[in-house]
Amino acid sequence: MIPKIVLTSGHVDFLKKVSELSGQVVTQCDQCGTCSASCPMVDGMDITPAQMMRLVQLGRREVLESKAMWICASCFACTVRCPRGLDLSKVAEALRQIQLRQAIDHIDIKSIPKDEIERLPQIALVSGCRKFTG
Amino acid sequence: MIPYFPGCTLKTKADFFETSALRVARCLGTELIELPRWNCCGTVTSLTSDDLIHHVAPLRDLIRVEDMNTSGEIYQEYRLVALCSMCFHVLKRAHLRVMQNPGELEKINNLMYLESDYQGKVSVLHFLELLRDIGFPKIQRTVKRPLAGLRVSPYYGCLLLRPKEVAIDDPEDPAILSHLLEALGAEVINNPFKTRCCGSYQTVCDKAAVAELTFDILSRARQEGAECVITSCPLCMFNLADRQKEVREKHPEFEPMPVLYFTQLMALAFGLDDVCGFDQNAVDARPLLQEKGLSTRGAS
Amino acid sequence: MSSTEFTSREQSQMKRTGVYVCHCGGNISEVVDVKRVAESVLGQPDVVLAKTHEHMCSETGQNLVINDIKEHRLDRIVIAACSPQFQGPTFKATLDKAGLSPYVLEMANIREQCAWPHFGFPGEATRKAMSLVGMALAKVDLDEILKKLTFPIGRRVLVIGGGIAGIQASLDLGDAGFDVYLVEKEASIGGKMMQLSRTFPTEDCAACILSPKMADVAANRNIHMLTYSEIENIEGYLGHYEVTVKKKPTYVNPDKCTCCGDCVDVCPAVAPNELDQGLLSRKAIYLPSPIAVPHAYVLDIKACLGLLPIACGKCKEICDPGAVDFNMRPELIRFTVDTIIVATGYDIFDAGQKKVYGFGQYENVVTALDVERMIVHAAEGNPMRPMGKRIAFIQCVGSRDEQVGNESCSRICCMYATKLSQLLKRSDPSRDIYVFYTDLRAYGKGFEEYYKRAQGDGVKFIRGRPAELVEDPRTKKVTLRAEDTLTRTIIESEFDLVVLSVGLRPNEGTEAIAKLLRLGKSPDGFLQEAHPKFRPVDTLTDGVFLAGTVQGPKDIPDTVAQASAASSRAIRLMNRGEYDVDPVTAFVHVESCDGCGLCVDRCPSQALSLSANVAVINEALCKGCGSCIAHCPKAALDLHCYTNDQMLAQVRAALSDKEGPDVRTLIFADDMTGYRLADNVGTAKMSYALDSRIIRVPSCSRVTPQLMLQAIALGADGLILCESEKNSNPYPHSVPTIMSHVSKAKEILGQVDIAQDRIHFVQFVTVMLAGFVNNINRLSEIARKLGPIPAEPLQRLSQDMDKKLFGGDHDS
Repeated sequence: MIPKIVLTSGHVDFLKKVSELSGQVVTQCDQCGTCSASCPMVDGMDITPAQMMRLVQLGRREVLESKAMWICASCFACTVRCPRGLDLSKVAEALRQIQLRQAIDHIDIKSIPKDEIERLPQIALVSGCRKFTG
Repeated sequence: MIPYFPGCTLKTKADFFETSALRVARCLGTELIELPRWNCCGTVTSLTSDDLIHHVAPLRDLIRVEDMNTSGEIYQEYRLVALCSMCFHVLKRAHLRVMQNPGELEKINNLMYLESDYQGKVSVLHFLELLRDIGFPKIQRTVKRPLAGLRVSPYYGCLLLRPKEVAIDDPEDPAILSHLLEALGAEVINNPFKTRCCGSYQTVCDKAAVAELTFDILSRARQEGAECVITSCPLCMFNLADRQKEVREKHPEFEPMPVLYFTQLMALAFGLDDVCGFDQNAVDARPLLQEKGLSTRGAS
Repeated sequence: MSSTEFTSREQSQMKRTGVYVCHCGGNISEVVDVKRVAESVLGQPDVVLAKTHEHMCSETGQNLVINDIKEHRLDRIVIAACSPQFQGPTFKATLDKAGLSPYVLEMANIREQCAWPHFGFPGEATRKAMSLVGMALAKVDLDEILKKLTFPIGRRVLVIGGGIAGIQASLDLGDAGFDVYLVEKEASIGGKMMQLSRTFPTEDCAACILSPKMADVAANRNIHMLTYSEIENIEGYLGHYEVTVKKKPTYVNPDKCTCCGDCVDVCPAVAPNELDQGLLSRKAIYLPSPIAVPHAYVLDIKACLGLLPIACGKCKEICDPGAVDFNMRPELIRFTVDTIIVATGYDIFDAGQKKVYGFGQYENVVTALDVERMIVHAAEGNPMRPMGKRIAFIQCVGSRDEQVGNESCSRICCMYATKLSQLLKRSDPSRDIYVFYTDLRAYGKGFEEYYKRAQGDGVKFIRGRPAELVEDPRTKKVTLRAEDTLTRTIIESEFDLVVLSVGLRPNEGTEAIAKLLRLGKSPDGFLQEAHPKFRPVDTLTDGVFLAGTVQGPKDIPDTVAQASAASSRAIRLMNRGEYDVDPVTAFVHVESCDGCGLCVDRCPSQALSLSANVAVINEALCKGCGSCIAHCPKAALDLHCYTNDQMLAQVRAALSDKEGPDVRTLIFADDMTGYRLADNVGTAKMSYALDSRIIRVPSCSRVTPQLMLQAIALGADGLILCESEKNSNPYPHSVPTIMSHVSKAKEILGQVDIAQDRIHFVQFVTVMLAGFVNNINRLSEIARKLGPIPAEPLQRLSQDMDKKLFGGDHDS
């Protein structure tokens, strides 16, 4: 089903919030797609990084339901390649934080099997908790 | 004597990374002393504009370096060396953040009222930068056992090279590990995927994705002719080495590829056989080394 | 150079001033009570009459002035109406028609800078209008009877660069009877166009249309071609540019060379062929191109094994006509010209800088210019290399990319890729050709149609910018990764050949020329035009014009148009044999000058010198910025049309109607931006503090620390200097000069305990309307908060002001 949207000022609020939280002028993204093509994790994503920017530009809150920002590995490949000089990693972080700050964790530590926890180095557990829990 | 920040994993699962590094440094005439009362850096840098609290931890570590100078423990030494790529990244970015935002520095300093104020003097270095400063010719002269015939592929990962403000080399065309390996006498094999992310913290909840990345990175290295891969980060090490188990679940034909810390090869080359730590690698490199006539005597 | 006689500055015994206040069709009179304003000046000495009129600029309005001048023997005119930047020239011409000097006119800007911004406050606006007229009266009272400055100019032009822009400009000028020196650094004229295969959108053969033009240049008796030559030095000014050119020896006499080519066969030395971007080779002795002009062989001394017989000498031996001449030496050629056209062109972006694309490492990654050469050779039946079946074009390489430091678009790449892809497709329809773009810019005549044709031919356009290329170590084929942003899918595909559509950068020789001629650069790195809309081929250096891609990326039609425009601008200056300039130049009060010489090094245009122990000003060089004035401890330096006395008189008049708790702020606004901006603010009907009074200056560097302090001593509560920002300022040194003046004035304020915050300096661009308003309002607020200056500091300020300004060091 093709979604139909009506652009209202409510959409601008969401755009403003993400722009402020990320410190990026999201409206300057010209959708060239370099970020998506650079992203090592894009194959597993439901929307591409450029698409994520587009949804934010249009103020569409449903971007918060997507999986893409959780699959991001914060590798900064998009950051060093964006021809407009935008930092997409910060936009992804802003979207994650909007969810996490509402106490909606992305992973449940308790559900990770014990042997896996023992196997994982601290660096993985700490970074995983930082990125996926509030 | 230069202060050195170990970070959590180097004290436990990756302790052989630390041991080999410290000995290698000593061999080159540099004493790395562990930062007193250091705390975990946080592993990742907080990327939102309004979050100051997550910069407190890394800044405290930087303050320790300034304290060491004030107390006279070291003299005019404001460099802080990190081994782990993630620690290096977080510490350096914390410093840059407060340098670019003096208002934020003031707030953080005020919050940590029991600590001295951070003056902004610390220069965060990765161990590779220190080696570059020491000079690859000197490293070459220190080599006792050239790694001749060993085909090694450098793997940088992300956080040493991106974003540009922390990069220790050109993000798209880094050469520092190649120069190091050449100095050690090894044959350097270029891997076009040397700067592709290993998956980082996704290893916690999405092993499959990490396995795919590892498969791509290591297969390509092999295709280019590499016999082993070196890295500088305990998380990269885990994803590239430990996760080969998961790679074989999906790609049963995948041959194990030894992954080592670059300091292990340095130790091997310098003849510091007791700290090479080859018994601790997830993928045993000793058969390969033996084949090349480079095996160590003794326990490690 | 004839110096102008300024009729003596003795003011006539009785000044007879006419004052006219314009209704401006209601624009002014709806807010300002124009009758009251006119009546208010009637009592003033020297004012013979004061009238109002509906439209002063109309023919009846102008005739009114002309008749009054004749009937009432008026010798000074004040017109209170719109901005002098608007109708100033009109009224100057009016005075001229009436037989008066155009420079005894002053305009009070009561429209853009009074009625319009203060439309909500008619009472105050009227009072302000009266004050502005008072200021104009104070200034006109001291106007000198000046004439336009006229300088002679000849008919000689230097054209730097022999590409299509330089060629077109030379032909236009040569045909018009002007003497042209065309200097080109390569051995042949023709530039980049000579390397192209076909041109878009018509697919003409580039060499075929260029060749006759090149032949015309050679045949034109008025054009002196200096090829294999570079500019060593240029000194001087409009009408008198002294040029030194270094001509490199080609070691082949072009008059004797028959182009038989025998020398090539015997030459043992090989070098990369520049014409083919180094992809093919040539000999050390070679013909630069099949259509080279001058049409003669050239010996590249760097590739040659050596001129001594022991080294080689084979070409000389075999040359039948004896054209090869090892005795040629570099020559220094000197000549003088009146105007200069800079047409140094572009270089393509160095694709090796974009490391992710592997240019220089991967053998199957090439640039578009490489492909032009491949197509030329393939068409001749000598293919350079296999092109393969699967070809990808990557757009925006080196353009629109902050990672390589160039944000701008290079304009022509979309079209040349559309062209190359079509040419390749049509020469082998089995090819699979893709163009990876972000936007497809087909803006020009016939462009959209040409793009549609390409799509119809089967060239596939994919909207996504490739992130990286990876080479297969065995097959050497290149894998490309991009997002098809239109379907949100990731493309990972292998190609036989990847073509980088490289952008345009300024030619490397341009930097040296720009320095020599003091030419500014735009943010994109190309040379800056004097005004982006109205003076697109002029530069801020008089007599120097730009043509072609040196000013910015453009295609061939635009280049040719611009070249003709530049010629026309040069002809405009030279055609009458003389040119006029407003007499806004510095002058010396000889009786006060003690020959100390401190001013000489301070002139940014090097117009000041000492002669017979007195300062002398070269009017041809003087730009009228006024920077020198502040440096004279004897107040011997001054500026025509904005004299020291006039500045002070305006300040006095501006403060004269201050009553009681009134606050009064003075705004010094430069011609180029500050004053224009104030007009724009008024035109936009944006309001600001009524207590402000704007004083026009050519540049705020004219505002000396002395003037600032005198203004404060006389009652100004706040001062703000509004100036063009450094990059767009016609006076390149004004910003640092102003900063130093302001800092000096503030220092002295500090010494006498007056708040330094009373003086502000802000740089503007003409679009910063809100910024202007905010700054004016802020100053008023600060002045109000600080309150009036108490008597004691004011007195201390006035004491020994000279000593405060010049005592000790003259470092301002």
